[in-house]
Amino acid sequence: MEYFVQQLINGVTLGSIYGLIAIGYTMVYGIIGMINFAHGDIFMVGAFIALIIITALGLTASTGLGLMILALILVLMGSMIIASVFGWTVERLAYRPLRGSFRLAPLITAIGVSIVLQNYIQIAQGARVKPLQPIVTGGYTLMQQSAEDGGFIVQISNMQIFIIVTTIVLMTIFSLIIAKTSLGRAQRACEQDRKMASLLGINVDRTISMTFVMGAALAAVAGLMFLLYYGVIDFFIGFVAGVKAFTAAVLGGIGSLPGAMLGGLVIGLIETFWSAYFSVEYKDVAAFSMLVIVLIFLPQGLLGKPEVEKV
Amino acid sequence: MANMSLKETMAGFNFQKIAKDLVVTALLATAIFGSTIAFKTKTAPGGLVLDLRFDIAFYIIAAVVVGRLLLWLTFWRKAPNKASGDILPKGWRTLYAALLAKIAKRFAPTLLVFAIVFPFLPFTDRYLLDLGVLVLTYVMLGWGLNIVVGLAGLLDLGYVAFYAIGAYSYALLAHYFGFSFWMCLPLAGILAAFWGLILGFPVLRLRGDYLAIVTLAFGEIIRIVLLNWYQFTGGPDGLSGIPRPSFFGLEFKRGEGNFADFFGLEYSTIHRIVFLYFLILALALLTNFITNRLRRLPIGRAWEALREDEIACRSLGLNTTVVKLTAFSIGAMFAGFAGSFFATRQGFISPESFTFIESALILAIVVLGGMGSQIGVVIASIAMIGGFEIFREAEEYRMLIFGLAMVTIMIWRPRGLISKRIPSIFLKKKKAVSGDLVAQGEGH
Repeated sequence: MEYFVQQLINGVTLGSIYGLIAIGYTMVYGIIGMINFAHGDIFMVGAFIALIIITALGLTASTGLGLMILALILVLMGSMIIASVFGWTVERLAYRPLRGSFRLAPLITAIGVSIVLQNYIQIAQGARVKPLQPIVTGGYTLMQQSAEDGGFIVQISNMQIFIIVTTIVLMTIFSLIIAKTSLGRAQRACEQDRKMASLLGINVDRTISMTFVMGAALAAVAGLMFLLYYGVIDFFIGFVAGVKAFTAAVLGGIGSLPGAMLGGLVIGLIETFWSAYFSVEYKDVAAFSMLVIVLIFLPQGLLGKPEVEKV
Repeated sequence: MANMSLKETMAGFNFQKIAKDLVVTALLATAIFGSTIAFKTKTAPGGLVLDLRFDIAFYIIAAVVVGRLLLWLTFWRKAPNKASGDILPKGWRTLYAALLAKIAKRFAPTLLVFAIVFPFLPFTDRYLLDLGVLVLTYVMLGWGLNIVVGLAGLLDLGYVAFYAIGAYSYALLAHYFGFSFWMCLPLAGILAAFWGLILGFPVLRLRGDYLAIVTLAFGEIIRIVLLNWYQFTGGPDGLSGIPRPSFFGLEFKRGEGNFADFFGLEYSTIHRIVFLYFLILALALLTNFITNRLRRLPIGRAWEALREDEIACRSLGLNTTVVKLTAFSIGAMFAGFAGSFFATRQGFISPESFTFIESALILAIVVLGGMGSQIGVVIASIAMIGGFEIFREAEEYRMLIFGLAMVTIMIWRPRGLISKRIPSIFLKKKKAVSGDLVAQGEGH
């Protein structure tokens, strides 16, 4: 039981990270119907920028609490802004010229962009893994098994609290943006009917760009969390994380924001429990198999609407 | 007069717009390169330190801005009174098109003859032969994938999985049962086709881009299983000592009763390479031949019809699942053949040879060659592998250049280098269909 609760906490933490990446996939797919294959690599870029800022600020575990929170917010903002610039530039250079081209064209450039980003970071930052000393330490003990059962301790670390709280806050903010602001309204309008939206005076290109910016910003947050949680990143983390987050987006129902978050949680839990109870080596296989199973039996996802094909 | 022309030149510019654009470019480039290039994280005792490289970052930002300015000055300049592309008069243009068609008609046979005599040309050495074998392997894989992507319009991002299955089936059959290459070649193809069937059956109901991601997931699953099933596949160490093929029972070895001895030739290691070259050439041509034949059969026509419009196909009573499945498994079969050839050529295989990048490379060859165009695949393979060889010196920049080329070519010519296709069926006159007229690769 205690072991189960611990895995649940770990799974929710991991799920938050996947959910934040999945939102980028889901929003872009919802608005232009394209799988942004390079999104996972934007996440990776975000993690690297967070690493650079953390190193530049010289954060260590001994930094005081107030200063630490301030610094983390600074890191968060910095990596969000710069990753957004990456996302915007990629959209502007690689996807916008192909809008209106045949369906697979942007997917293929997206693969190209993914290769470019990975190799660019590999060249710019080096191919070796980057370890980061844990900077957010400590935690709380929630439960403790009696000594004769093995004395297993259920803990939630400050890091996990930080990740889960930040995710909830960001989700709330972004849901409000989508629901209340004019930008969100424009996005929803473009999602429903791009031509009609443009006839009504919405700048469709700008709305799409903003969608990419928002997705990239959230991916950068996920990158920072990944960096803090695992403490080690390299230029290749975007690929696997990207495919898993895409699985999460599909599982939750592509195009649906709460769906992406829910899907992320489910994938995170599946991966954690698989590693905990079966084998660590095959945890990626579990996540990928999940994608296949979902697409076969539940193609519209948990919270998505079934797609109607029109002639 | 000079004044007039100057005025005309100036009319193409909008200084305010260009200046604004350049400022924005500079800011973006500063954010992108100023963050990731200027600060390099370095592992040092006691944690990470930053390596400051403002100079390199500055040069790159400057290069981007200057490059953008040059683009404004040349390509993006609006030429007044001149619609784009109409440089030649109409008569010339038809002549040019006819000339191109003539070249295209002769091009394929010429290339084939060149491919056959290539090993015997005086300048051909071991290195060029190896390169030729590599190019032909990719040509074969490209042609195999062309069935799936080009003809049936199904985007397959996990094609390398079938290549791996072919390679591993030969290696494992030879390792555990001592089967020879010639016994395993058909077996590897059949096994790969069988796997194509198993994997394809549940997923082919999906729409284009979903299918792409699922095939990608399958490719990764197969790679991870190969990597972790240590007892059976050797895991990351791979399998070595894979037997070499024989020429009708004649081994390529020194000594009595082997190839060189039988034909009374001086023993040389190049014989085996030449043999491998012709083997892959024959396999590739077989792929091409079968594809061209299949295109004329009802099934091939169904593939192309499916690519153009799936809903129409279903309305006309085609069983789309069966049609897709045949394309998927026949494509997989050729990958299986190519895979067992790869295993026998290398003599060593490991999961490292079957990463996603390999799938992306094959897909890039098919797409950049112009989906559905057989000769386009050849040109794209030569360009791609040749390009890799040219940038061999710049080892670490190679993949970066590959990715950039993929994006640039896709934007420049979304339909691939050869975007015209000869239709399989035609009314009265055989006319090439321009790529812009067909919604190829829709693959709903």
